[in-house]
Order: sequence, then structure tokens, then C-alpha cells
Amino acid sequence: MTTETRADVVPAPFAAPSTDDGGWQRRHLLDLDDFTVEELDLVMRTTDTMKEVLSREVPRVPALRGTTIFTLFYENSTRTRSSFELAGKILGADVINISASGSSVSKGESLVDTVKTLQAVGADVLIMRHNRSGGPYLAARTGQCSVVNAGDGTHAHPTQALLDLYTMRGALGDVRGRKVVIVGDLLHSRVARSNAWALTTMGAEVVVCAPPTLVPARLGEALEGHLPRVRVETDLDKAVVDADVVMALRIQNERMQGGYVPGVREYSRLYQVNGERVARAKPGALVMHPGPMNEGVEISHEVAHGLQSRVEEQVTNGVAVRMAVLWLLTRNSTKAAKAAAKGAL
Amino acid sequence: MTERIVILGGGIFGPATGKSELLGVLLEDGRISAVAKDIVVDGAREIDAKGLIVAPGFVDLHTHLREPGLEYKEDIASGTRAAARGGFTTVCAMPNTEPAMDNASIVEHVRREADARAAVRVLPIGAVSKGRKGTDLAEMGDLAAAGCVAFSDDGAPVYDATLMRRALEYANGLGLAIIDHCEDPSLAHDAVMHEGWVSTRLGLRGAPSAAEGAAVARDIALAEATGAHVHIAHVSTRGAIEAIRAGKARGVRVTAEVTPHHLTLTDELVAFGAHGGWDLMYDTNAKVNPPLRSADDVEACVAGLADGTIDCIATDHAPHAVIEKLCEFDDAAFGISGLETAFGLCMRLVHEQKISLETLIERLTIGPVRALGLDRFAPGIGTLDVGAPADFVLLDPDAEWVVDAASFASKGKNTPIDGVALKGAVVATYVGGVRVDRAEVLVG
Repeated sequence: MTTETRADVVPAPFAAPSTDDGGWQRRHLLDLDDFTVEELDLVMRTTDTMKEVLSREVPRVPALRGTTIFTLFYENSTRTRSSFELAGKILGADVINISASGSSVSKGESLVDTVKTLQAVGADVLIMRHNRSGGPYLAARTGQCSVVNAGDGTHAHPTQALLDLYTMRGALGDVRGRKVVIVGDLLHSRVARSNAWALTTMGAEVVVCAPPTLVPARLGEALEGHLPRVRVETDLDKAVVDADVVMALRIQNERMQGGYVPGVREYSRLYQVNGERVARAKPGALVMHPGPMNEGVEISHEVAHGLQSRVEEQVTNGVAVRMAVLWLLTRNSTKAAKAAAKGAL
Repeated sequence: MTERIVILGGGIFGPATGKSELLGVLLEDGRISAVAKDIVVDGAREIDAKGLIVAPGFVDLHTHLREPGLEYKEDIASGTRAAARGGFTTVCAMPNTEPAMDNASIVEHVRREADARAAVRVLPIGAVSKGRKGTDLAEMGDLAAAGCVAFSDDGAPVYDATLMRRALEYANGLGLAIIDHCEDPSLAHDAVMHEGWVSTRLGLRGAPSAAEGAAVARDIALAEATGAHVHIAHVSTRGAIEAIRAGKARGVRVTAEVTPHHLTLTDELVAFGAHGGWDLMYDTNAKVNPPLRSADDVEACVAGLADGTIDCIATDHAPHAVIEKLCEFDDAAFGISGLETAFGLCMRLVHEQKISLETLIERLTIGPVRALGLDRFAPGIGTLDVGAPADFVLLDPDAEWVVDAASFASKGKNTPIDGVALKGAVVATYVGGVRVDRAEVLVG
């Protein structure tokens, strides 16, 4: 009997990206603000491989066998959590889900203690959604395990932006020079922030659109790369002209009540992505939404389910992208662990 | 027997007289008895201050000693030891204790504890409103009689404009100022940092500069209308400073303070920490209220300090327990433990030639004394005048040192500049002729 190494159990297609990894050194995925074109390309290529795995009759590979993944969600989520869980399971990892409400977290255990505890019981990867911006950064500084940000407060949602980028590339080929319009609650949207970083890095022209009350401070200004280079346009009718992609964001009820906008009626009149507005975009422009959708508010029913909609594809791609992320992060930590072990001898 | 101490060889700095020269100082029984050249006194203990600057002890108008009730963060003994290490010989204790210092018995308690355990002089500040709730005036007459030197609901603004008006009028009758934490909560609500590109980058709720500017403008209007004295705590924005400058020009009785951190640090520290790099830190030790602002605001603070629009430097020393900072940014407490780094941090401005050493020392000594008229309560403090208490510091403006929060005398290790190198150090601090920054005496 021979000892199985990881290379033996990984199916052939996995070898391709690993030989050309663009110097990938990341242990954590916290945001895309510092990703290079090469790194984003690597994630995209790896996602292609994962799509192939998903298309198999039995979509299971043991690439992450022996890896323990915890999902730790301080906020409710259906698609993100299930998509991560499935991604881990397809790759053969053990996935354990923890809800903040059903654990000692609800008894006031601090984030730092929770992370230390999960690490002590053997977590290799911690997938975290947090209602506080920066929560995953604190977790990443606390432990040795890889941390994947599955959405933090109003800050970042990197895997959503990666799956959006993947979806756009699937339809458009390359996003370079393409016009992407993101419309909705920019002030509170972690999806918009991460998308803006990834898309501008890849050379897309990003126009963001919202009522002035929902545009965060200084967004749109050239600030030496401190913020993504986007253009702010508060008039959606103007923003969508010649767009290749129109992405609507969820507007939450609390924003309506919080006095940011006068109400649902006016918001939907001025900022809804509907057929008339999509018609101003390029023919065949993609319509996207990170979900969950308020149909009839930020997006019309016809457009959400129309021929140009990529909303369901976004969800499907989410699994493949998250498989790619888990693979890239853990493969790296395994390599690092091996190198460290060698150094110790 | 009279104890005599002679300080020799230092650059004597008496900001009250605006002079900086090499003189000797003679101390007798805890008071300054002579400042002159060539002092020779038989049998006097000598303090060798060669190469150092001898200055009056610093006076802090804004210190959170946390006692009573919050001793897990700080207490009178630890907080005043921190003050002594930082060169402060007098601190004004803010009343946001538990319970609040809103009645004479708590003030008496603090004074009694200070007499027994404090390393430096403690002057209490009473609350403006009962329980600092902002609805009913506290018994200011009783508080004044118990020794309060001013009134403040610091930690929170006096939100209600009519209450502020009444407070100004009532305090004016007692000859005391209202110190207001200027922040319009309807603009700043739930904010955890300054509103700007950094808050956008981090996805954190920002307080606009206008939240401070609006509150300062209101207070100046009320001070003008009542003829009373308002002191603006921890000014941090260009707009507020311009409003104060205009108010002073009209003769309004408005004074102001600025903290060392608002003079030197920006909101970028929240994102990236004090050690550079582009990794996002969400540094909770840089979470403070008012928040660290933009570089433009910092520039305005320095200019305001230099031209006298801002009367003095105050630390807003706000110590917290580890657990109150080792958490998510939104959940972290506001505040910086600032007494022990104040001088070193402010010396950056001197070394960068933005203000003179004379101005810096003035704003740390006689500046705060004059702002609140503290010489009525402790005659002579903030000066090296003959007859003044022998409260003084020995300073080395060029000594380089590295901030080590773990070694703070304060219980609060919450500083955003831990590990940062500073140039300019407090070598020794004396209160009433007794060295207080450490147990042993400098020279026998």
C-alpha cells in the first residue's frame, strides 16, 4: 500500500492552474481591493476547471479531503452559505456550519474567542459572514486558519464580485473596455464595493448610480488608488446609455425608513432597472442582481426574468467560484505548511 | 527644617514671561522661591538639568480618570501616575463616571481619594446635567462649592439648546465655564469614524465634519447671547476652528482645546494603522470621538493652535480595558490613552517646525490655566513664578523613544501609536518639589 499524496487524489484538470499560479500567496480572501489582474485571471481559470467538475455525472473530487471548513455566519444568508457549503463538500472537505444565534456567540462570546475556539478544534478554513465591517479582518489577524470573507457589514463581498466577474466574462469574453453600470444603495452595499475593485482592476468602465443620499463620501474622486476609479452618475437614464452590463442592487426597507429616499414609489420610478432603461443600454446587455431581489422595486419582474437576465447563472457560478477560492487558498496553505515543515528539519 | 532644592544648568522656560534662558531655580518647601542666574545655596539638594529644559508642569483640562465606578479602565492612582509620566502636574477630571459627578458628595469623594492616592493635582469638573442625561441642570452651585472648576457633560454633547443656554447663564453666575463636547448627534448618530474616503473604503459609518461645526456654531451663538463662557472641548475640524476664530474676533467668550492626536494623526490610521502598509487594519485603538479627521483638518488644528485660536492642548485621555478594544470596530469603545504620549506626539510639530517649542509649552501650561481661570483654584500653576508651587518638568526635546503601551502607567493600553518612535521626552516630573513620575528621587 502506498501513501496517498494530495497530488494523487487531485484530478488532472487541477494541475493546470497550479503550474501557472501567478505567484499566488494568499492565505485569506478578505476583499479584492489589492488583487492583481493575474490573480483575478487565476481565479477565473480555476473556476473554469471547477465548472468542468460540476458538469460531471458525479460532481465530486477529493481535492480538499482532510480539510475542515467552518462557516460562521453572524447574519442570515441562503445562497452564499449554501453555495460555500456545497463548494466545500464537492471538493471533499468536512464542512461544519455555525450560526451566531445558535452558539456561544449568542451568549456574548467575543469574535476573537470564537475564532480561537474553532481553530483549536481543527478549522483549516473559516468562512465568515459578519454584520460588522472588518469582522473577517479581525478573525484573520487572530488565528492561523484561512479566512474567507463571505460578506462583512457594508464593506466587502469578494466572492460575489468574483462570481459576477465570471458571469460577465462568460457572456462578454473580456470585461476590458466594457461599460458596467451598478445601480442602487451604494452607501450600504458591500457587493458594489467589491465589484468596483475587481471590475476596474480588469479594465472595465464602471459607472455607479444612486440617489445622492446613497453615494458614499468621496466616491468617484481620484484619490491615488484609495478608492476604485468609478464614475458617479445620479441619473439612471443617463447612466445606462450604451452599457454592456446593468447590475441592480437590493434596496432595503430600512433605507426607505431611514430617510435616505422619500419612499418606494419614487425610488422605483427613478432607479428601477426596467425594460425601458435596459433598452437604452447596448443590445443584449446583461442584467444582473446579487439577490435577493425586490422585484418591482429595484428591478422589474420582466427584466429580472427576461432573456438578458443572468441572475440564475450568477447563483450557479457562485458554487464554482467558491470551489476555486477554497482550492486556491488551501492549496497555498498546504504548500506553506510543507515549506515550514522542511525548514524545521 | 526648610527643604531647599536648586535646579541647575537647564534652559529655564517660563512661558508666562515668554522667556527661555539659562537660569537656576530655587525651590523651598514645595514652592519656587527664586529664579535667577548663579543661584548658590548651601545645603540645598541639587537637580542637574544640564542639556534639559525646565518648564512648568503641564496642565490637562480633559482627563478621564474613570473613578468612581469604572476602575477597571482606570483609577485615580493609575491615571495620575500616567499624568506624572506624561509631564502633567495638574489634571481636570471629567465627570462621566459611574455614577456621574453631578453632585457634591461625589466630587468630595473624588477629592478625598485624590488627596490620598493621586500623584498629581486633581481638579474636578462637574456635570452640566443630572446624570449627564441632558434634561435637568445638575446642582451647579453645590458642585462649585465642592471645588469644581468647570462643568461638562463630556462624552456627550449638551444636545438641547435651551438647556445649554440655561447652563451657560447659570454657570456664568458662578464664574465658571461650560465645556461642551460639540457634536450634533442628529448628524453624527451611530458614526464610528470620520466621514471621508477612508470611511467609504472601510464601509464604516462616518460622522461628517459639519456635525462638529454645527454644534460649535450653536454654542458660540449662545455664548454671545448670554455673555457666558463656553469652552469647546477637543476641536477637530477646520469649520469649527474658523467659527471659533470668528467668534473670538467678535469678542465672544469662547475658548478651545485640541488633543495631541487631532494635531498629528489622520483617519488613515483607522484603515492602515500607524506602521504604514496597505493592509486594512480596522484599528480600534484609532477609534476616538471626535474621530481622527482628514489631513486638511489636522492642518487647520495646527494653524489654530499656532495663532492662538485654540488656547491649549488637552489630552482627552480616555483609557479602556483590553476587551473594549479587542473586538469588531463598530463595537469598540471610543478613546485613546493619551497622557503618556502627549508631549512626544506634540513634539512632532516642533521638529517639523510647524510650531515653536515655546508655543507648545505655552499651550500645555499657562494656556489651559488661562482658558478656565484655574489660577483661582490653584494659584501659580502653569508658571515658574516666584511663589508658585514647585510643579515642573524636565524635558529633553531631542530624546528618541518608542511608545510601549504595555509599559504605560495607565491601565488603558489603548493607543494607536504603540511601537511608534517619538522624539521628545519628559525626563522627570515634580509636584510641589517632589518627583512623582517614579518612586525614587532623581538626585540625592
